[in-house]
Amino acid sequence: MTDLTELTVAAIRTGVASGDFTAREVAEGFNANVAGAQNALNAFIVTTPDKALAAADAVDADRAAGKVLGKLAGVPIGMKDLFATHGVQTTAASHILEGFKPQYESTVSQKLWDAGAGMLGKLNLDQFAMGSSNETSYFGNVISPWRRNDGGNAALAPGGSSGGSSAAIAARLCPAATGTDTGGSIRQPAAFTGISGIKPTYGRCSRWGIVAFASSLDQAGPMARDVRDCAIMLEAMAGFDPKDATSLDLPVPAWEAGLSADLAGKTVGIPREYRMDGIDADVARSWEDGIAWLKDAGAQVVDISLPHTKYALPCYYIIAPAEASSNLARYDGVRYGLRDLPDGAGLQDMYAATRAAGFGAEVKRRILIGTYVLSAGFYDAYYTQAQKVRTLISHDFKNAFTECDVILAPTAPTAAFALGEKSGDPLEMYLNDVFSVPASLAGLPAMSVPAGLNREGLPLGLQIIGRPFDEQGVLNAGLAIEQRAGFVAKPDIWWK
Amino acid sequence: MSVDKATVAKIASLARIKVSDAELEAIAPELNQILAWVEQLGEVDVTGIEPMTAVIPNTLRLRDDVVDADPLTGGGRGDAVLANAPAAEHGFFGVPKVIE
Repeated sequence: MTDLTELTVAAIRTGVASGDFTAREVAEGFNANVAGAQNALNAFIVTTPDKALAAADAVDADRAAGKVLGKLAGVPIGMKDLFATHGVQTTAASHILEGFKPQYESTVSQKLWDAGAGMLGKLNLDQFAMGSSNETSYFGNVISPWRRNDGGNAALAPGGSSGGSSAAIAARLCPAATGTDTGGSIRQPAAFTGISGIKPTYGRCSRWGIVAFASSLDQAGPMARDVRDCAIMLEAMAGFDPKDATSLDLPVPAWEAGLSADLAGKTVGIPREYRMDGIDADVARSWEDGIAWLKDAGAQVVDISLPHTKYALPCYYIIAPAEASSNLARYDGVRYGLRDLPDGAGLQDMYAATRAAGFGAEVKRRILIGTYVLSAGFYDAYYTQAQKVRTLISHDFKNAFTECDVILAPTAPTAAFALGEKSGDPLEMYLNDVFSVPASLAGLPAMSVPAGLNREGLPLGLQIIGRPFDEQGVLNAGLAIEQRAGFVAKPDIWWK
Repeated sequence: MSVDKATVAKIASLARIKVSDAELEAIAPELNQILAWVEQLGEVDVTGIEPMTAVIPNTLRLRDDVVDADPLTGGGRGDAVLANAPAAEHGFFGVPKVIE
């Protein structure tokens, strides 16, 4: 019998609908993989095998009763532990939210359950989604299932912040998962683990019930093994939500039905500012491959300029911490989460003790930076200046899209690095987001698809950035690359 | 601009995060490194440029002016609101005494 955990979302959906296998068999297969990898990979913070089985049984019963099945009927998925799930601990990988059981369900997760998906568990991540390696989680590092081909078996980063999501999909612990992307947190982990992931246009997916990091940048999106699965998941996740003030009141396009790898008449822009000095040779080569593949798919390729590229990262590291310092003010030991009340302490002491005990080092660092750049006397020099530069970065893209339909670039400057390799230097870690942050600042749809392996045997991703609302164009270019890259590599199962 | 230990202590106090003296020693140079790096934004000419307020143009909506327009976020859910409180007493959030 086929190993059901090797199937894509599309294949599971079709197989369950046609009765080739039951949803329960699928859920049992993934539950077993999750349990078998938990000690080695630490991809989940909590596992919910019973929820996966209950959702599967409901789908099997609906099918037996001849009811119409949802778009994700019988597909068990992983839920990043940044989405509030009713009655199931939701922590954002922080100590301060340990034990927090939401009394409501996030809009995006509810939409997925309504479409027939089931939950395998809550996936590990960087604490409050702040990190690029999953090393800031209070619940321990996620270990990438990938290893270098040097025989050294160094533990590698799965990327971040959606590192549990990326590791779990690459290791076949789930066929798809939710991610969130503030400055690259879907795309960079997808690139590090040889999977696909798309951040839609800002506002496509409701932020209601997602633990907030930087609200003007946070956007949910799917991660899965291929482009079609991303399209299926995104259709289920997206849609207008009156409970999110920045939700886009637009119909959800039929992205899956619209998939086409024929790029005749399309123009692909190659941003010259992304060709940075000292770019990794393998990354440069995979970018050249991507250009050739898109030409082969019928696209025209042109050089474009995004002149403010070098300012995107420093701009992001003012705006994101500023918003985070404001958003995270809610964790005060009063309404939910941790409370640290030293003997004889007053209210102010309790706030300070609770936040000192409940936040990790990187979260504190960003809150402090954010507080500083928003403080009286510095606000204009830092924050207002950054918001003006953000306008210029957005203008750069607007100008570029008068000459091209999508932009092709690497997703990350290198393949996965080893755990501990960059965690000692915050700035070096931030630089890992150099190619992903500009699209986030401009709110644009962007995706990463696997392009090949580097000389160490590790996956590299290519990034496609599109016009606002043009997820279809992004997905189609991704599909054209996917079909030509022929990426079938997967990690050896060393953890069983 | 660079921050000294006293400034970091002031910021930490504004952010309501208790920081020990030893932590201040470690944090100050880290913040300085990051702040020195973000200061390159100062070299960008932003004459006549408006600060970004909405990355994707959208209109701010008003919800219907009715009680409990959305039952999940409306009233009458005191138990759910208090369910995760570290100290809930008599239908309220319990906190240390704030007036002498």
